[in-house]
Amino acid sequence: MLKLIASRLATAIPSLIGVVIVTFLLTRVLPGDTAAYFAGPAATPQAIAEIRAKLGLDKPLPVQFVDYVSALAKGDLGTSLSTGQSVAHEITTRLPASAELTLSGLILALVIAVPFGIAAAVKQGSWIDHACRIITTAGVSLPVFFTGLLLVYLFYFRLGWAPAPLGRLDVFFSAPETVTGFYLIDSLIALDGETFRAALAQLVVPALTLAIFALAPIARITRASMLQVLASEFVRTARAAGLTSRTVIITYAFRNAMLPVVTTLGMVFSFLLGANVLVEKVFAWPGIGSYAVEALITSDFAPVQGFVLAMAILYVALNLIIDLAYGIIDPRARSEA
Amino acid sequence: MTAVPSAPARRRSSGGLMATLKHAHYVISDNPVTGLAFFMLLVLVLAALVGPFLVPYDPLASNTMAALQPPSAAHWFGTDQLGRDILSRVVVATRLDLAIAVFSVALVFAAGGIAGIAAGFFGGWTDRIVGRICDTIMAFPLFVLAMGIVAALGNTVTNIVIATAIINFPLYARVARSEAAIRRQAGFVQAARLTGNSEWRIVLTQILPNILPIMMVQMSLTMGYAILNAAGLSFIGLGVRPPTSEWGIMVAEGATFIVSGEWWIALFPGLALMFAVFCFNLLGDGLRDIVDPQRRT
Amino acid sequence: MHGVVDPATVALAPAEEARGPLLNVRDLTVEFATRRGLVRAVEKVNLTLAKGETLGIVGESGSGKSVTSYTVMRILDRAGHIAEGAITFSGIDVAHASEREMRDLRGREMSMIFQNPRAALNPIRKVGHQIGDVLLQHVQAQPGNVKEKVIDVLNQVRIARPEERYHAYPFELSGGMCQRIVIALALACRPQLLIADEPTTGLDVTTQKAVMELVTELTRARGMSTILITHDLGLAATYCDTVMVMEKGKVVETAPAEQIFRNPQHAYTRKLMRATPRPGITLKDLLPEAEAEAGAAPPVAPMVVSDAVPLLKVEALVKEYPRQGAPSAFLAKFTGKAVDPKDATFRAVDGISFEVKKGESVGLVGESGCGKSTTSTIVMRLIDSTSGRITFDGQDIGAIPAREFAHHPLRRRIQMVFQDPTESLNPRYTAARAIADPLLRMGGKDIKGTFGGFGGGSALEDKVEELARMVGLPADLLDRFPHQLSGGQKARVGIARAIALKPDLVILDEPTAALDVSVQAVVLNLLEELKHTLGMSYLFVSHDLHVVRLLCDRVIVMRQGRVVEEGTSEQVLEAPKDAYTRELIAAIPHPPV
Repeated sequence: MLKLIASRLATAIPSLIGVVIVTFLLTRVLPGDTAAYFAGPAATPQAIAEIRAKLGLDKPLPVQFVDYVSALAKGDLGTSLSTGQSVAHEITTRLPASAELTLSGLILALVIAVPFGIAAAVKQGSWIDHACRIITTAGVSLPVFFTGLLLVYLFYFRLGWAPAPLGRLDVFFSAPETVTGFYLIDSLIALDGETFRAALAQLVVPALTLAIFALAPIARITRASMLQVLASEFVRTARAAGLTSRTVIITYAFRNAMLPVVTTLGMVFSFLLGANVLVEKVFAWPGIGSYAVEALITSDFAPVQGFVLAMAILYVALNLIIDLAYGIIDPRARSEA
Repeated sequence: MTAVPSAPARRRSSGGLMATLKHAHYVISDNPVTGLAFFMLLVLVLAALVGPFLVPYDPLASNTMAALQPPSAAHWFGTDQLGRDILSRVVVATRLDLAIAVFSVALVFAAGGIAGIAAGFFGGWTDRIVGRICDTIMAFPLFVLAMGIVAALGNTVTNIVIATAIINFPLYARVARSEAAIRRQAGFVQAARLTGNSEWRIVLTQILPNILPIMMVQMSLTMGYAILNAAGLSFIGLGVRPPTSEWGIMVAEGATFIVSGEWWIALFPGLALMFAVFCFNLLGDGLRDIVDPQRRT
Repeated sequence: MHGVVDPATVALAPAEEARGPLLNVRDLTVEFATRRGLVRAVEKVNLTLAKGETLGIVGESGSGKSVTSYTVMRILDRAGHIAEGAITFSGIDVAHASEREMRDLRGREMSMIFQNPRAALNPIRKVGHQIGDVLLQHVQAQPGNVKEKVIDVLNQVRIARPEERYHAYPFELSGGMCQRIVIALALACRPQLLIADEPTTGLDVTTQKAVMELVTELTRARGMSTILITHDLGLAATYCDTVMVMEKGKVVETAPAEQIFRNPQHAYTRKLMRATPRPGITLKDLLPEAEAEAGAAPPVAPMVVSDAVPLLKVEALVKEYPRQGAPSAFLAKFTGKAVDPKDATFRAVDGISFEVKKGESVGLVGESGCGKSTTSTIVMRLIDSTSGRITFDGQDIGAIPAREFAHHPLRRRIQMVFQDPTESLNPRYTAARAIADPLLRMGGKDIKGTFGGFGGGSALEDKVEELARMVGLPADLLDRFPHQLSGGQKARVGIARAIALKPDLVILDEPTAALDVSVQAVVLNLLEELKHTLGMSYLFVSHDLHVVRLLCDRVIVMRQGRVVEEGTSEQVLEAPKDAYTRELIAAIPHPPV
């Protein structure tokens, strides 16, 4: 197992190096005057020149890269022009909000989509199978920001079940003491039932929006891989040996069918982290996505760059976890390590 | 020998075309959903081509007297906060939204296809470089990377096209690579080597024609994704700017009014977006059935 | 769940034992729902199987032999159903039994082993657990003693070090070993009936022999009945008491094994019998009687094999590949440990030498992994060798890199017929286009000149039609795409393409391995005839000594990259000198001559 972790870590390193290079290149090499971006739209030529010197943009590219990497190593992502705050600080304080939303959405999606996909495959041709096919095709066609708005209209304006889509917690509540940064968990630690309920009420609709988005690809791949495994020769062998359909489906088919699902989770995470930005905007969720969106509007580049880098590192880490999970399920992947 | 003394080439092409049409007809009649998708595509293409000449109002003309009106006989889809006719705006926006998707997909089809086939067929360092580029792009959440690219390149529609093409590159390159790689040592490719075909000729005459159908399916499936991606970028204020008619930005404008109950401003452009994406996804699934019946799901 | 035993099956089985056959199938018809409506896969099949009897069901692809056995087990996929007929197994009405009853029968009373053993096992579950699942299901073991019982079963199928193998995953075991696990799984609960569906297809002959002997021994010792489904008459003849021949879903003949081979009644059985390669016959004997007589017209003049200059001469040919998981030289630089080149590389071809004379056919025979295909691919100049010399008609072609050889004038004189006729044809080319390809590329000016039009190119068209005629491909099939042609027709297209440039040497890489025996018979005769007409030499790569003997003057037997024996076909088959050759010949099952 240790060998597996080591080998997977080794494959993550080139990805990380690539990520750092690309985020560096995004600012330095592409057309357009970076200093002008950093200075903001209303800057004078002198101000731009000053910023150029301050940012070290007058130095040769390799030197700039070394500066960039050494700043990164110290955890320095630069400073936001509009707020004057350290980007690294902003991102670390806002990250738990994004993570809480994304993870709740993903868990909700998995809990619904996996059993749904399995049921559709096991009862191929039944109504549940047709429902699965329709929902998955329609689901991938839904723009996530549009779903969010529809849900807001339905649950907030029409039914009045959900609170106004304005952030993580109603203004009358104060945030629980920070332990994990996840309000649901922190309020439970603080044994504060009221805050827990309020935080949950705020979280449900945006998490549902993300779940609807992630549901379709997960259900689709679960159904497809389950169908393939059910038609495989080893399932036929298991049937011919008289094993009960429960044993065949759970012990034989399900675990094998999970392998492509786990692989697809990487792609789902990629989509979710992107969708997260849009959902945060719809629900005024104070995560790193809305931070980046605000910065984009004011052409404040340092936060955007920090955001892209943070998201990419997060994503590489998630993929690493997926690889390890795959290795736990599949002995063949273990032996390759 | 045969009654038709024409050349093999001509017989082949006409026979091939007829067979393909026959097959397409068979697939459509067998699967009405694909027929529906073709019909939806027709609607979209018509809206993009002649829509601007058919709409009842100027999509940019504001009329504060008629602001925020719900759907009515005069304004089927209602009006927005500036009194603009939403139906006209939704129809006119088709051209821009489709154009962004078509150009970005065409770009990535060419770039990803060439890179992928080269990587899969020749292997070696070509394969390693293409693989490394793909891995690096894939290390980012794709929408986030698109945000970063547009922010860095500058906030224009062209850059949205480029960013959308870049984030789709690995998808195309990988499909083309694996399809080329499994055929590299196939019997018919070896046979072509024996008859003196150069490697490049083999790529053009043996590999490419066999990969194209699969790439076409990929194209249709990613069209929907490209539309969603472009609309998402304009939803957060990148690329297209007001007052241009574009579905994403119209939904963004309508978002403010959802909480006060004016649902139609966001609903109709959102539905148009769904319609377009749904159409391409259905089409992609249908085409996949035609190309590769085994992968039917 | 595992504790449930159907009292009905327990009570019925012993009572019925004395009377009647174990399995009785009456007028069985099985239909499949397809997109084109109902298709009858099996029609009015009758069979009886006594206790302890071994029945062989023989037929070519599409004969319905597998469907019949799946129906007996009731494991047809959901598209198939029993349209008509009755199946009685040890007194139980299988066609109407509940799924619960069937489940208790499967694995405990009747079980099955499949082709492709590796795919038949769950890839991510330890093999010991997979056998344990079956024992627990049928209450042959308790959770407390299941491991002991599994190891006991593994011992019975003669798996060495069973304690270790218990924890192995299928991918860690060889193909033959996997088949032993599948057999263990099937026999774990000591069923009364074993159905073996092509159990050894895809395995080497020596492995095949070991597996079949194991199955025979275990089933005999337990007094079990067996159904062996196979396309190989030789296999059925060697291991079965009774043989049932099927064609297109119908039974054409059922008779005791001896009788069916001595005196086949049905025309199809006779055709199948004749087409099966066996010792002491000639190529013509493979064809149906009528055709053999009609086709015997060209009194084949013995080919003049000139002894003077060999057409192809291979000397000390070596091909090395980097060994997987070997310590790499690159890493060694850092660790400071020297890497023994023997550890880092694997020799697929280990210094072999042979000759092919003008007009001669030479067979290159061996089991999978012996290096025969690598050798032929190098001689074909598709890959480069590590060392060694290849001389063709006096020129050192081994020195020309494979990539450049495509444009070399000698290219047209060495051609190849590939193993899988389907895979070797471009799915987007018609038969005519496939045959025309070599002519267009290297056909010389008279033909190339017409390329511009390909249309007006009557010279090219005539040539393609002539080639089609030579290989017996009807001209109206020339416009078809590969998926519209049968296996035999595709093989003919492949042969026409190979001979289009009138090559001097044609390499035949298992050209009939993917074909049914009756088609194989025709194709082999065609190849022999073409060789005489065009004066070609053949290098015939195959795993089957009997097939090679029919076509070749000389045989080279390979093992682990080396030549173990070489001689005329008669010498090698009648009086093999090498122990491995003897083993190989002994392992090939064949019907009594």
